[in-house]
Amino acid sequence: MTAINDETTGPIVLLGPQTDFNEIGEMLDEVQADGSVALITTGWQENESEDEALIEKLRRPAINLALHARSERIYAQESGYAKARAARQARLQHLQRFYRMRLEAVDEAARAIGVRHVDAELLDEQHSITVAQMCHLDNDHLQRCQTEWAAFDSQWPAAEQASIASERAELAEIVDRCAAVVISGGHLTALLNRLRLFNVLANLGNKPIIAWSAGAMCLSDRIVLFHDSPPFGKNLAQMLDVGLGLIKNVVVMPDPSRRLRTHESEGISRFTQRMAPAECLGMDIGARLIFNQGRLQSAFAHRLLPNGQLQRGWRL
Amino acid sequence: MNLAINRFSSGPKTRQTVRDFFAGKRFPLVEGDTITFVWRGDAHEVKLHHWVFGLESAQHLTRVDGTNIWFHCMPLPPESRVEYKFEIIHDGHGRWIQDPLNPHLARDPYGANSVAHGNGYTVPEWIHPDPASPYGSYEIVEFSSAVFGQRQTKVYLPARFRSTRQYPLLIVHDGDDYLNYTALGAVLDNLMARREIPDMIVAFTNSAHRLVEYANDERHARFLTEELVPHLESRYPLRAQPQSRCLMGASFGAVASLSTARRYPGFYGRLLLQSGSFAFTDIGDRNRRGPLFDNVVSFMNQFRDQPAAISERVFVSCGTYESLIYENRSLIPLLEATGMDVRFREARDGHNWENWRDRLREGLSWLFPGPFLLVYE
Repeated sequence: MTAINDETTGPIVLLGPQTDFNEIGEMLDEVQADGSVALITTGWQENESEDEALIEKLRRPAINLALHARSERIYAQESGYAKARAARQARLQHLQRFYRMRLEAVDEAARAIGVRHVDAELLDEQHSITVAQMCHLDNDHLQRCQTEWAAFDSQWPAAEQASIASERAELAEIVDRCAAVVISGGHLTALLNRLRLFNVLANLGNKPIIAWSAGAMCLSDRIVLFHDSPPFGKNLAQMLDVGLGLIKNVVVMPDPSRRLRTHESEGISRFTQRMAPAECLGMDIGARLIFNQGRLQSAFAHRLLPNGQLQRGWRL
Repeated sequence: MNLAINRFSSGPKTRQTVRDFFAGKRFPLVEGDTITFVWRGDAHEVKLHHWVFGLESAQHLTRVDGTNIWFHCMPLPPESRVEYKFEIIHDGHGRWIQDPLNPHLARDPYGANSVAHGNGYTVPEWIHPDPASPYGSYEIVEFSSAVFGQRQTKVYLPARFRSTRQYPLLIVHDGDDYLNYTALGAVLDNLMARREIPDMIVAFTNSAHRLVEYANDERHARFLTEELVPHLESRYPLRAQPQSRCLMGASFGAVASLSTARRYPGFYGRLLLQSGSFAFTDIGDRNRRGPLFDNVVSFMNQFRDQPAAISERVFVSCGTYESLIYENRSLIPLLEATGMDVRFREARDGHNWENWRDRLREGLSWLFPGPFLLVYE
């Protein structure tokens, strides 16, 4: 898998969901991004070019890197690569389903054990076993995803695919001319896969990155899918994949007001224990996390605590 | 539990105690698993009319001695939803009214009923228009049907509609009623905006003769399958495959959905059947529901005799306070035995539009799961 190297050292700003994009322009001012902006709206998939409203709020020139459109061109040109990529995605989806099935079995057992009338100490011990089993499944899934990506990258090195190499070179040149990179939210896998394919966040030097929602999630080392009130099925958080790893030990959780049952302390407690030692940070509209040299320098977010409480409006 | 009405009845009846009884309370009173209906006024008799199958549909309210306060208590399990009216009787003449003490109403094609909510029931938030959910648009599609002559269908296009994409097609029986009484338009907007279902095109069909056309009428099945769907597929970017076609309906509309799918097996890969009027007989063909059901009974008896995998995924819902709960429950093992993927949801509710509304999120998202876990805007 393509790794982001240590040459990416600029400030990274993660934001909550955007309604009018006003915050993006303000943040670009704050990080003193003087110049054009490289824009990644790939999470919007085939609508990535509908960026007028966003660009207007950036208050500076912007170049949409159009990663979705570029990838479509590549898949059309490189049929062998496209086929292998489809097979990789199918395998990753199978892995996701199987991992989910195992997680549900552990959760079901925990539920059955939790209602037994035995002493509290024994139940606490069982709770620890549940968390450990889930952590094991989480880590195992992430490891398997990494193995899949490594196998794919070794069989289909991007540098050896002429069209990919050419697009990468063009993108590197565009990004080099820009003062900052802005990454929107949207569809996680659509975004993550293309960020990997084009490796645009490598060698950014000290250029700032501003990202929100799915864009922010992709920058972390582990991407966690969550929704406590799904239309059907269990409300069980799950790992999606390893992220790009620019941010470590923070679980980025956009839109907690809608997606989290914040009053269910037992669920929050188990979740934070499962994610430890990472900080689990809920990011509603207005939330922001600013990292410098990989360290969290400033924060305004909701913090999920191991005791099951939600620390609203936590500031650092 | 010492109910409020019992405490009031057993105490002194003064202006102050009456005022205290009504002060700060929501009516009907729900205390634990008991509901107390209250009406205040002068009458010879007061009756409660509700639509809970299994209980007497008309029940007398009792007058509290020395007052003009009438009440009736009955069990109300958690998460129940009950629609009702009062009948106020003077000199042998009854007049049906909504409960003046209860602001909650449920509208339907016949007017509106008062609604009582049991403990734990909440009106789903996803039925209300949400400023964060962009609105879909509607078009009227008019075309000449060889089966029924001129017909009109209202077509919903999702807010993010692009002619370059392909969409699933949902066909809704009694479309106007679904729009008017289940807020289906807002529900679609919200579920699509939240990515709980994929963007889809929805055809709202109506019939002026639904009791005939929806009762396993060959013409209706032909109209939908050989005329409406091809017409829509020629006009809109629809994904022409069974997995992307869904028939949906409630009551007789559910019968129309099931019977159409049976006449065209494999064509509709998704069915959403709400409180289907799936009447049948185990012996003979006489049914207790009257001649309107004759075609339905005949169809259901045949289907039950030879159930087949006519679709792929079938979502069935029914209220436990409906007489049709027996028919719907007994249909589930038959559907499952065919190998179709079946999901059945019961709710403590009756044969009404709000019951059908409350099941839409689960039904639609199970039939057409959206990428909500993967999309963070």
